[in-house]
Amino acid sequence: MLIATLGTGYYLALSAALFITGMVGLLVRRNPLVMFMCVELMLNAVNISFVAFGRELGHLGGQVSVFFVLVVAAAEVVVGLAIIVAIMRRRPGASVDDMAVLRG
Amino acid sequence: MEAVVFALCAAIIMGGALGVILFTNPVHAALSLVATLFGVAVIFINLEAYFLAAVQVIVYAGAIVVVFLFVIMLLGVDRAENVQAEPIVGQRSLALLAGAGMVAIAILVGISVGGNATGQKVSPSGIPGDADIAIQDILIEGPAINDAGGALVDPETGELETEVVAEGDSNVKQLARVLFTDYVFAFEITAILLTIAVVGAVVLARKPRGELQDLPEMDLPVNYRPERLLVGASAEARAEILGSDDPDDPDGGADDESDTSDNAAEEDA
Repeated sequence: MLIATLGTGYYLALSAALFITGMVGLLVRRNPLVMFMCVELMLNAVNISFVAFGRELGHLGGQVSVFFVLVVAAAEVVVGLAIIVAIMRRRPGASVDDMAVLRG
Repeated sequence: MEAVVFALCAAIIMGGALGVILFTNPVHAALSLVATLFGVAVIFINLEAYFLAAVQVIVYAGAIVVVFLFVIMLLGVDRAENVQAEPIVGQRSLALLAGAGMVAIAILVGISVGGNATGQKVSPSGIPGDADIAIQDILIEGPAINDAGGALVDPETGELETEVVAEGDSNVKQLARVLFTDYVFAFEITAILLTIAVVGAVVLARKPRGELQDLPEMDLPVNYRPERLLVGASAEARAEILGSDDPDDPDGGADDESDTSDNAAEEDA
């Protein structure tokens, strides 16, 4: 693999920028579906950094980790959206602020 | 060439990400997310992870975002969100401050390492591996991408080596060989995880049998004020949130939103 490649630092910077964008979006938005999308942004940022490191070190563990992150993200989205559907069906006007009192 | 593709994809990714957090309509946000996911898939191709790029498009953009859109359309939450309101005082400012702080940290780290972000010794030619210290000396042992000269049979003992991947194998083949030997336990666990997720989703989303019991009355947290959600809202949004179209009674005759929502649900039943 002796070809000149772009430095890993660029990919890490992109990953950091994407992660920060997702984090700020998660903290600001109140629609639960958009909050989920911001979580997906953060997961994708981590995936980019995993694959970048895997390519630099010549180790397949980076890509395998991304594989598992993808699987877990899919499972999490399925269960999370099922929860949102269950709550929204019960109270049609609920937002994430209402869900704060659904405890106990 | 890789740098050009990277620059284009970075622009697409950041544009999509800003679209996700800035669009008030959730459907527009979902479409921006699709743009971001496609950009990430092309970045994967740039990084020689071809299988992952395909899986990213198929699973993320093709399944997860579609499920998002299903739920958006099913629940009818595609009304534009009121981004002016904040349940905690100063939440938006604090979030932007936290984001700016993290950006500052990232820039400081980038400056302090002098552009060599990963600490690996980089030779003047920029070719990885052609440095004073061989990367193999620093690496933990493990499966390698296109390991030059790797053989499947250990010449000394004659045993089959399953860790070393032969040179010239496709990315899918390498990944499959590693996944089913070194990481097979995690693979089986994720299979169980997916089964649990499917069962959980079916259980959560089915219609409950029998009467729904009302939730017990609870004391709301001190910083949770429903009136705060009305900041900047239009008149119809205000009426919709409060469940009352009487302009003289701003609270709609109820102390919190949950009562009006339950009343609306019971009227429909």
